[in-house]
Amino acid sequence: MAILLFVVVACLALAGGVGVIASRRPVHSALALLLVLGSLAVDYLLLDAQFIAVLQVIIYAGAIVVLFIFIIMLLHVRSGEDPRIQAVLSPVAGALLCGVFGLAVLVVLSHAAESPASVGEQFGTVQMVGRALFSRYLLPFEAASIVLLVGMIGAVALGRRLSDEAPDRGRPIPAPEER
Amino acid sequence: MAVPPLAHLMLSALLFTLGMIGVLVRRSALIVFMSIELMLNAVNLSLVTFARVRGNVDGQVLVFFVLVVAAVEVVVGLAIIVNIYRSRQTVDIDDVDLLRG
Repeated sequence: MAILLFVVVACLALAGGVGVIASRRPVHSALALLLVLGSLAVDYLLLDAQFIAVLQVIIYAGAIVVLFIFIIMLLHVRSGEDPRIQAVLSPVAGALLCGVFGLAVLVVLSHAAESPASVGEQFGTVQMVGRALFSRYLLPFEAASIVLLVGMIGAVALGRRLSDEAPDRGRPIPAPEER
Repeated sequence: MAVPPLAHLMLSALLFTLGMIGVLVRRSALIVFMSIELMLNAVNLSLVTFARVRGNVDGQVLVFFVLVVAAVEVVVGLAIIVNIYRSRQTVDIDDVDLLRG
């Protein structure tokens, strides 16, 4: 039963991953990303990580994908990207890809994860993760709050439209034919 | 757990490679960003898998921090993309080459 569920989830996730990188319209990519995130949430449930699965749905699917779609709407992307995707990678990129994938497969096959430990009923619940978060990882947790605050301030500062006379506007960007 | 951990790790490796192909091939900055999210998710999956294999909840705590950083990264990155679009009317990363030597 679990195997069947995993196969379905893995196929959905891989299909979504292909959809993210192969869709012509950014909105389709965002929806494919949503598919990946949802199926990974189910996969987390299979791995006894209930809290992480809920976080995945709330933060990734609920906030990040919505932000992506909002930005796509805001820019109503006339990105001017050539709709066709180049079929052949450059040799350097291909070698890099093969290297990374080969390394990953090496790790997978290195007998690092053969027999899962036996865990109790409590594994991965909010109580257990929260206890670790607020005892051993209290300092990183507080640092995460500062990171979030700085990110918010940065987004507000970046989103502000500068007036033309603002002293920190910088030199105007030359038109392409002048360069 | 009936599913072998190797299967989860393999799925994670495949997703990471897909995200990397997206970063290398696509030129729209938004799609490159989504591919980076894909890679982050692949790493999260392997972290959760190893947390389960070792019976230790620390990996899941690490996933929590990855989620926080990913959220901040998306917010700041999308703000930068909006700024680029305002000044150059494009989100094509090949057109943004002011630092090219």
